[in-house]
Amino acid sequence: MEILKSASAGTLESSDCLVTVEPGSGVSLELSSSVMNQYGRQIKATVLETLQRLGVENAAVTVVDKGALDCTLKARVECAVFRSCDASASNIPWGGAVR
Amino acid sequence: MKNAVGREIPDSLLVNGKEVYQGKQYMDGKYIQKAAPCTRRYEKPQESKIVATLADALRHCGARSGMTFSFHHHLRDGDFVVNMVMKAAIEELGLDNLTIAATSLGSAHDPIADYIEQGKVVGIQTSGIRGRMGEVVSAGKLKTPAIIRSHGGRPRAIEAGEVHIDIAFVAAPTSDCVGNCRGIGGKSNCGSLGYAMTDAKYADHVVVVTDCLVDFPNLPASVEAIDVDAVVVVDSIGNPKKIASAAARISQNPRDLMMAENVAKVIASTPYFKDGFSFQTGVGGPSLAANLFLEKYMDERNIKMGWAIGGICGPMVELLKKGKVGKVIDVQDFDLDAVNSINRTPGHYEMSASQYANPANKGAFVNKLDFVVLAALEIDTGFNVNVLTGSDGVLRGAPGGHPDTAAGSKVCIIVTPLTRGRMATVCEKVVTVTTPGDCVDVLVTDYGIAVNPLRPDLIACLDKAGIPHVTIESLKEKAYSLVGRPDDLEWEDKVVAVLEARDGTILDVVRKIKPLEL
Repeated sequence: MEILKSASAGTLESSDCLVTVEPGSGVSLELSSSVMNQYGRQIKATVLETLQRLGVENAAVTVVDKGALDCTLKARVECAVFRSCDASASNIPWGGAVR
Repeated sequence: MKNAVGREIPDSLLVNGKEVYQGKQYMDGKYIQKAAPCTRRYEKPQESKIVATLADALRHCGARSGMTFSFHHHLRDGDFVVNMVMKAAIEELGLDNLTIAATSLGSAHDPIADYIEQGKVVGIQTSGIRGRMGEVVSAGKLKTPAIIRSHGGRPRAIEAGEVHIDIAFVAAPTSDCVGNCRGIGGKSNCGSLGYAMTDAKYADHVVVVTDCLVDFPNLPASVEAIDVDAVVVVDSIGNPKKIASAAARISQNPRDLMMAENVAKVIASTPYFKDGFSFQTGVGGPSLAANLFLEKYMDERNIKMGWAIGGICGPMVELLKKGKVGKVIDVQDFDLDAVNSINRTPGHYEMSASQYANPANKGAFVNKLDFVVLAALEIDTGFNVNVLTGSDGVLRGAPGGHPDTAAGSKVCIIVTPLTRGRMATVCEKVVTVTTPGDCVDVLVTDYGIAVNPLRPDLIACLDKAGIPHVTIESLKEKAYSLVGRPDDLEWEDKVVAVLEARDGTILDVVRKIKPLEL
């Protein structure tokens, strides 16, 4: 998928995360997390895997994590990406790229 | 050298007779030579000990660089006294190389972090350390490692002369002109002054700081004029709103209530739950709610609680007033109901920290305790508990009376949710061991109960009562299946804090955390 405009998903509530995607060249990730020391690597891996699954090759991604579980991280990344290319209103590929 | 909870203690710390933790009750039966303070004689009759300012009081007590000042934490997060005294000592008298020995420190003391960074404060000895001070100490900015002790370990260390207090500062809600102090009757009331008592007896000098001067004699005094050198009257010793909360409310959170009910069930299944039993609980959500469910079982079996100790709050005072508990003995008060009850409600008494929890005296209250219900930041599969360091390795808690009550009680129950956000509370290895696993008996979580295999008698009790329980390993696996297996924290070699077991041996150290580079 191609990131057309800046979009975000999520909140800064505890156990959630705020994911922002912007157009970029290549994938870059800026990550801050309240559980950085114990889960930073896993969060990074989860975010990058999700982007790959969605076929995102160019994006500047910012994640402000407040202790979100993996399922939440995936959902927020997916939502931000779909919003960024105006694909979040309908025809979301449930069971396809989004699973 | 590795200690009995498997922690590597640097040999450089094992000097002057310091040993590593060897297991509970290792020091039993040994003798200690108590230290005695060097105090000034006041033979000449004095009308008053009031001096105009804190700086005058410091000069009167011969304050100089390199000294150790002690404080107590009854004013909790509302305390103004630590900051006022340190400001006078450093900015007015120009002192440095100072050590703060406090019963606990909190975010009210954030300004002290600046003095640490400036190298004016070089030593911290405390139970709790939080806020900015926790951050700068964790970052290795304090010149010497902080020493963290439990509430019982501190009076032990003072009596043994391991901490020599040059000047003790007593934050007194009321005092008379010669220094008889009480925790009630003023405008910044805190109730018990139990933590200040040992300090006042073992310090070379004692300064009382009050914002409510009352007629002589202010009796019954918690800290007595015979130990006091000077009295300073200030505008305010603290913010009453932060000293005592309006009333500790019992949680309505269904998860807390479910855990609390299970705690009460476990207690009621043991042979110690009989008329006259003794009890301490924390003030956290599920711990406090355990009171409610316990009362139900007490009514059912027509038994009463003999006595309760601890930090005290309203719900326990209620039980006392209803005649369901015989006596309440109190080292600190958490809410206004408790503050207004101490030494007033018949059966509600004050005690010192030593009387409460000191392992080296001849019989602290904790040693006769049947049950204690406590919280935890983390608990590992060896039942070791951490209540000091966050999952990021930063100092942000306090052992308090946790290790003392756990070691003294017949049944120590830890109650905690299995996970908090993404943090697994039940884990493989706690960041810092603050209460050793050989003192912890039962773990109650929202996903199940586990009993320490060291207590087959309690396992039999639960089985007999039909209370299901699982292994702590299975709870850990459940937690990791929800939040993922955490990476190990990475540390530098530098030790930023030494965690003393209550008996004075070294239980663990906290090192400087290495920030994660992705």
